[in-house]
Amino acid sequence: MREMQKLNNFLRSIPLHAVIIGMCLVWLLPTVGLLVTSFRPVQDVNETGWWMILAPPQGSREYRQFCGSCHGDDGRAIEAVNLADPEVISQYRRSMYLAATFNKEFGGQIHIEKDQRPSDQEIADILAYLRRLSGLEKRPRLWLSNYIDALAGFRGRPGETYTEECAKGNIIPGERSCNFFKDMTTAPAAMGRAFINSLLVTIPATILPILFAAFAAYAFSWMDFHGRQVLFAILVGLQVVPLQMTLIPIYRIYTSLGLNGTFLGVWLFHTGFGLPYAIYLLRSFIGALPRDLFESAYLDGASLWTAFFRLAIPLSLPAIASLGIFQFLWVWNDLLVALVFLGGTTPVLTYQISSLVSRFGTGWHLLTAAAFLSMAIPMIVFLALQRYFVRGLLAGAVKG
Amino acid sequence: MRVDLKNICKQFGNVVAVDDLNLDIKHGEFISLLGPSGCGKTTTLLMVAGIYKPTAGHIYFGERIVNDLPPKDRNIGMVFQSYALYPHMTVFENLTFPMQLQKVPRDEMKKRAQRVADMMGIGHLMDRKPAQLSGGQQQRVALGRALVKEPQLLLFDEPLSNLDARLRLSMRAEIKRLQFELGITSIYVTHDQVEAMTMADRIAVMKEGRLQAYCPPDELYDRPRTLFVAGFVGNPPMNFLDVEVVRENGEYHARRAGFDVVVPADRGEKAVDRGNVILGIRPEDVTIADDEGIAGEIYVVEPLGRDDLIDVRIGEISIHVLADPALGLRMGQTVRLNFNTHKVQFFDPQTENSLLWTD
Repeated sequence: MREMQKLNNFLRSIPLHAVIIGMCLVWLLPTVGLLVTSFRPVQDVNETGWWMILAPPQGSREYRQFCGSCHGDDGRAIEAVNLADPEVISQYRRSMYLAATFNKEFGGQIHIEKDQRPSDQEIADILAYLRRLSGLEKRPRLWLSNYIDALAGFRGRPGETYTEECAKGNIIPGERSCNFFKDMTTAPAAMGRAFINSLLVTIPATILPILFAAFAAYAFSWMDFHGRQVLFAILVGLQVVPLQMTLIPIYRIYTSLGLNGTFLGVWLFHTGFGLPYAIYLLRSFIGALPRDLFESAYLDGASLWTAFFRLAIPLSLPAIASLGIFQFLWVWNDLLVALVFLGGTTPVLTYQISSLVSRFGTGWHLLTAAAFLSMAIPMIVFLALQRYFVRGLLAGAVKG
Repeated sequence: MRVDLKNICKQFGNVVAVDDLNLDIKHGEFISLLGPSGCGKTTTLLMVAGIYKPTAGHIYFGERIVNDLPPKDRNIGMVFQSYALYPHMTVFENLTFPMQLQKVPRDEMKKRAQRVADMMGIGHLMDRKPAQLSGGQQQRVALGRALVKEPQLLLFDEPLSNLDARLRLSMRAEIKRLQFELGITSIYVTHDQVEAMTMADRIAVMKEGRLQAYCPPDELYDRPRTLFVAGFVGNPPMNFLDVEVVRENGEYHARRAGFDVVVPADRGEKAVDRGNVILGIRPEDVTIADDEGIAGEIYVVEPLGRDDLIDVRIGEISIHVLADPALGLRMGQTVRLNFNTHKVQFFDPQTENSLLWTD
């Protein structure tokens, strides 16, 4: 009987579990793909998809089929023609050179009979594999170069990396000094610089509106003043003002104040547009705290100020944390405001990534690395603050 | 500290919460504000605390008018119905919070907190958060927090109503003893007349914002000034019946259909010849006899343990009687009732004031 019930419960929960697993996959698959791709060398990215990461390298199957029987799996079986020797392979820069050898006779025998020869595509794949086998093109399956290139803002021809170029001593004044930390913070296209700028924009633009909103929410909930309801209604109503509508007027104001291109300008802008919602959310939370607590605090000798910092703020941490996450993500991912008020002189991550796309088309290895760099901080913020989402902080404050 | 409320009024918009209230509380006295919900007792308490400002009238602490004194300067300890413990602080932090704000030195703060905690029997719980405490422990912390700042006035806002019955009983005694030992003037708000009767030196009964009575518990019980007080105080409540008091052959009779008792002259003469009056008598002042008295039929028997509460119907009126369970009374049985007429009360049906105890 109990087994039946267990089975029954199990069967009944299958659809739910399937949906949850499905949702996880829908989120996880692209993310994992992005992550894996961001660690792959650019040639691999161009040749195969990220799910082929564990598959044998391209061309190895064709090599084994057409050449492996004579040359051996490691290419050293025929001593006269050692395929593992880079000197040998470097003679075949194009696949047509390789195809030409098939007609030659070795020891009275045609290299490969006409009807057994690989197709052009297969020849190209075999050559790619030979270059890898001979060590002519040595690259691991995963490397950090994409991140280093992205951080340092390195843009080379395919196959070049920042580390290699610098090892060769290719310094370009004004663009590449080959001092990694210097390049990271000064090179025009460097993600490192953009990362720091993003932090400089986002942290104050998150803290300021939440701090002001907490003051306002406390006043709206626990202080008696004339026009409280009207003022609150107006503030809530302000949420409908579209940000885009105010870009030009505020741009003009900033120009006259000299705030264009400054962090202060962006902070103020984000603070202004974050406040209405933040006040709205925090007011409903702080307003729902038990009145007794504040009365008790006043009797214990607390001023409004003390009650705010010692009671209202600690008790509304869950709301502040969720608000903080929202505001942080919004500012961090914002392109429009940063583009208008900061532009390319002090680029933020979103700006830098967008310029990556336009300049280099399909620089997937750099794009994915840059994208993951920009995802890292929001993920840390979310994971660090998520415990505050857990309810029950107030349990035991007031009985019943 | 003496506390005086003089002609206190409080209005919220058009609603009158407290109407012309006068109370004097002596130094060290324990008074109780008693009344049904919405009678203005908590509003009165919060005005004393300084959280509400009276619309009119004056509050004196000693000789000083404190109407405009903010709560933090009043040196008041208050215990809330909800306890209002700070949920994010430990018991120790809860106890020391008032002292931190008073800038008491650290060492002394610790000493005082520990002393109060030991007195309240919560010394071993100092590191717990309120959520990890039982209701009774939370109550003790709340009380401790009120006491630790050594207040001149203690306010209680129905502090026991969230406890279970047994705990309520023991806390009741504890609070009373504590107040007696510390001698701090105290105001205790409750809707539970048993609490008020057992704890307070004097009880102020309120109804719809007005003071109905303000006197010691025994006087409140034996000499109720109004019909409301008579009905509100006492459990099970007083019986009321409409009667007419007449004088016949030098005796005073309280009469109605199927009901006729002789009442003592000192009480009867105040109610005589007024047409309809309301007679009140407590259930414990009516006894059941076999042979003589007023006949009635037992409608229902409710055993209370020590007594049985008997609902006796005489015609269309119903009278509650406390009877000895040993009598083995049954529903439907016919019994005779004797009235201890030295305890009857008379009230004017129009003004609802007592005819016996008006000044």
